[in-house]
Amino acid sequence: MLITCPYCGPRDVVEFTYQGDGNRTRPDPASTDLNAWNAYVYDRVNIAGDQNEIWQHSGGCRTHLAVTRNTLTHKISSVRSTHAEPPAPPKPARKKPRAKA
Amino acid sequence: MSAIRIASGGRIDRSRAINFRFDGQAYTGHPGDTLASALLANGVTLFGRSFKYHRPRGLLTAGVDEPNALVTVLRDSVREPNVPATTVELYEGLVAESQNRFPSLQFDVSAVNQFAGKFIGAGFYYKTFMGPEFGPLKGTRFWMLCEHFIRRAAGLGRAGLAPDKSRYQRMNAFCDVLVVGSGPAGLSAAAAAADQGANVMLAEIDSRFGGSANWSGETIDGTPASAWASEAVAQLAKRSNVRMLNRTSVWGYYDTNTIAALERVTDHKPMGASGEPRHRHWNIRAGSVVLATGAFERPIVFPGNDRPGVMLASGAMRYANEFGVRTGERIAIFTNNDTAYGAALALKRTGASIVAIVDVRRDASEKARHAASECSAELLTGYAVTATRGGKMLDGIEVQPFDGQRVSGAARKIDADCLLVSGGWSPAIHLASQAGSRPVWDETLQAFLPPQPTENWVGAGAFNGAFQTADAIAEGHAAGLAATGGTNARKLTPPMVEGFAGEPNPAPVFEIKGKGKGKAFVDFQHDVTADDVRLAYTEGFTSAEHLKRYTTLGMATDQGKTSNVPGMAIMAEATGKPIPEVGSTRFRPPFAPVSVGSLAAERFGDLKPERLTPMHDWHLEHGATMYSAGLWFRPMIYGAKGETVEQAYVREAKVVREGVGIVDVSTLGKIAVQGPDAGEFLDRVYTNMFSTLPVGKARYGLMLREDGFAFDDGTTWRLGETEFLMTTTTANAGKVMQQLEYFLDVVWPDLRVHVTSVTDQWAGAAIAGPLSRKVLEACVQGTKVDNDALPFMGIVHGTIDGVNVMICRLSFSGELAYEVYCGANEGTRVWEALMAAGKPFAIVPYGLEALGTLRIEKGHVTGAEIDGRTTARDLHLDWMLSKKKPFIGSAMMDREGLVDENRLQLVGIVPLDNRPINGGAHIVEQLHEDHPMNSIGHVTAMCYSPALGKYIALALVKGGKARRGTRAYVSDPLRKRFGPVEIVSHHFFDPDGSRMHG
Repeated sequence: MLITCPYCGPRDVVEFTYQGDGNRTRPDPASTDLNAWNAYVYDRVNIAGDQNEIWQHSGGCRTHLAVTRNTLTHKISSVRSTHAEPPAPPKPARKKPRAKA
Repeated sequence: MSAIRIASGGRIDRSRAINFRFDGQAYTGHPGDTLASALLANGVTLFGRSFKYHRPRGLLTAGVDEPNALVTVLRDSVREPNVPATTVELYEGLVAESQNRFPSLQFDVSAVNQFAGKFIGAGFYYKTFMGPEFGPLKGTRFWMLCEHFIRRAAGLGRAGLAPDKSRYQRMNAFCDVLVVGSGPAGLSAAAAAADQGANVMLAEIDSRFGGSANWSGETIDGTPASAWASEAVAQLAKRSNVRMLNRTSVWGYYDTNTIAALERVTDHKPMGASGEPRHRHWNIRAGSVVLATGAFERPIVFPGNDRPGVMLASGAMRYANEFGVRTGERIAIFTNNDTAYGAALALKRTGASIVAIVDVRRDASEKARHAASECSAELLTGYAVTATRGGKMLDGIEVQPFDGQRVSGAARKIDADCLLVSGGWSPAIHLASQAGSRPVWDETLQAFLPPQPTENWVGAGAFNGAFQTADAIAEGHAAGLAATGGTNARKLTPPMVEGFAGEPNPAPVFEIKGKGKGKAFVDFQHDVTADDVRLAYTEGFTSAEHLKRYTTLGMATDQGKTSNVPGMAIMAEATGKPIPEVGSTRFRPPFAPVSVGSLAAERFGDLKPERLTPMHDWHLEHGATMYSAGLWFRPMIYGAKGETVEQAYVREAKVVREGVGIVDVSTLGKIAVQGPDAGEFLDRVYTNMFSTLPVGKARYGLMLREDGFAFDDGTTWRLGETEFLMTTTTANAGKVMQQLEYFLDVVWPDLRVHVTSVTDQWAGAAIAGPLSRKVLEACVQGTKVDNDALPFMGIVHGTIDGVNVMICRLSFSGELAYEVYCGANEGTRVWEALMAAGKPFAIVPYGLEALGTLRIEKGHVTGAEIDGRTTARDLHLDWMLSKKKPFIGSAMMDREGLVDENRLQLVGIVPLDNRPINGGAHIVEQLHEDHPMNSIGHVTAMCYSPALGKYIALALVKGGKARRGTRAYVSDPLRKRFGPVEIVSHHFFDPDGSRMHG
């Protein structure tokens, strides 16, 4: 699986850490509504299809990314930083390494 | 079967001999040999005993599809079981043994199983050992009785107990085009893609590139095909944009063209070069993939088809043309297609006589008839083989007229010592299937073909159903171009291929039901017979996936390479459905067995990364025994000569209580928290207040998880109005950092805070003990360190030996203590200056064991107690839970189950017999050494306390707080440690903390 980090470009999934469901919203910190907290901490939907997820580029720029991934095909339809407008696409990488060792 | 080495030809270097041993017997072979070809050339025909029935088995194939000839390769004391002899390259001193036989391969007592075959057919385990018990010979209890014997009798090779000391490496690679398979199609594809300037990788599972060109016996443009392949390989090797990997099995095809491959680097050598890994795991990202993986020949299912001497026609042809071994003297052929006639010609050329060609088809093609007369073989069209004769070796076959459905008429006996079988060809579509494509049934080939790709791959050659060499070369060329998107290519001049190449299109005959007795095997490796498949149908397991699971067809180490299609065909006949409706199971990785070591490569052994503190070398020079904590290495003790671990840590801890000691704390996680909202941020992540902390002071903090359980603890220092330095436990440094980043990025993006991991930037030393202030006074410049200038939890900046340092007065040991931090590069210099300043005070370095002892005496918690299941209250840290503000976990921490008085709570334990107890030992209310009691908790840490003069421990005990002062027992049946204990407060020593405040 490849995730295209808006800062670093397409990278292997091993560089990323799954940081949980991207659909949940944290209740107001002062809220004492246990049901709401319960839903936030424990309740998850098990979607067969496009799912919103949070991934951290932990082996790279460490940004948290809002990723929409199809759980059936692993196709990723959108990636953006969780709190910023998508930056300009990265400049072309340095010259490709040659295949020969 | 009387196989011999032929005088010339193939890849064998007859001028050199290689000595090896099989089942204790010495043999010789030659460079180029596999274990299989060398044994065959030595006249060995019996290679192993079958899985369930212990039937004698010989070679069926010459390659990775071999189901029978599994051996164990021994290197020193390391055993590598279940390796097909056909894939073991010979090297000087190779030692291998056969498997699944007792007491010997020639005489195996369990062979009696084949006569009990009716009772141990498909589903034998389920029927005999599952379900309710009635009578003694049924049910789970019966299983427990039989398990030992069955496990011994069934199965394959035995794994060794010796640790595998080999090195395993991991490699990431990128290429524009990965070509899998180096037969004519693959070589042509690699050349075409390389011509376009693409970065090309070419992977070949065998040691030798060339695939079928090595044994087809054809000529290409006038040169022998094997020489043509060698030349093509030499041309590719000259190119800087082509990387060629032989002995490399591409075994996994994952999302977005991520390919997993295993390179066997030193398995073919007596000994690897220094530092050379045994296996290399390749993780290849390919722009596109050319699948030129060829095809596997299929056997025909008929009674006695597993007798040694019966082999696939292509296997025998490969032994003859590539390995220079004639597989028999009097050879019979049994086929449903034309390709086997090529094998007949190849074997004829080696000097064997072809006694008969038995073809199930009523008419053979003109070409086939011509070939049959060329090798002066009797051609029996419209016949089928219905039995094999012989014991552990074939000595004859029986044939009967066959009308395409059933046999009839009188059986005729034909003497033969080798029977070559061809039941058609199955393209090796494994990787395409893994990539998610459903295979498509092809009526002409009677085989599953790869469908339209769902990932970015192109197929070529026999993989695509293009079996003729000229077609394969053309397809390879086109695939190589398509993979690069190239258009400006030179046109391929179609090569002139000469030689006998029969059409692989078979008659739709998969099984011959003979009248005679004798098992007809579908899956040789798992001993699944045609009757087992029909039994599965009778019992209702009719889909391909059910058939596989119920009979274990195709689930052995060969993953059904030879058995998949015949199995489906027999099921299709039983159900009366066409084969595609029965379906095909989806192939899953790995294509061929993969060493577990390669999957864990560089995560263990000497290639595993290590983290060393700046003072690491000093510790080693001063006699430290190092201890691995995660990736870190920390001193455990600095043992003097003749000292036990306990004596050493007791001595070290005692010095800290009475004088002064120094310990390396560089491994603690350190995070710079900076920004205008840093105080507010820390208030939210810690359970206690940090925004009110004055500059120049530190505070002990506790973090919870969102679900209200304790997460991590540590001190955080306020270095400036907008700058904090957070410390975390060594183990949780990474997790805490991620939690902080998550909240800043996702939950509170409005907070103006930056977090930066600075663990590796700071070296840290804690000096502790009543004399610690005197040591600092002797070496710190630029600041006072007395109680006014540096009170408890105060921070000062100064220099030691000219190096800028930051000193915070805090204590984990319970003594007057300081943590001294400096830049990591200066760590050893400051450490040595502290040691020098401490010399008059008899300072000693202490390790993790003494550190642990000091904290147990104080009842401080670490990861053994903050284990993810305990709450702040369980650990008596409720005083840290602020009521003035919400924080992470505050909403969830008061849930009913988390405030229950009967939860596991932290207590102190004193063993009343004053003997050591182990971490993990259970605490019970009543002691019965013979049968287990309900546990009321467990020991988390234990030491001999020099301050108290006895063994003490910390434990988590149900309702522990209320049990203080009561008696309980330690129960540790594994280590046979039982005895009475007293439950006490976890504050063993100096409960009011007067020593560290002094």
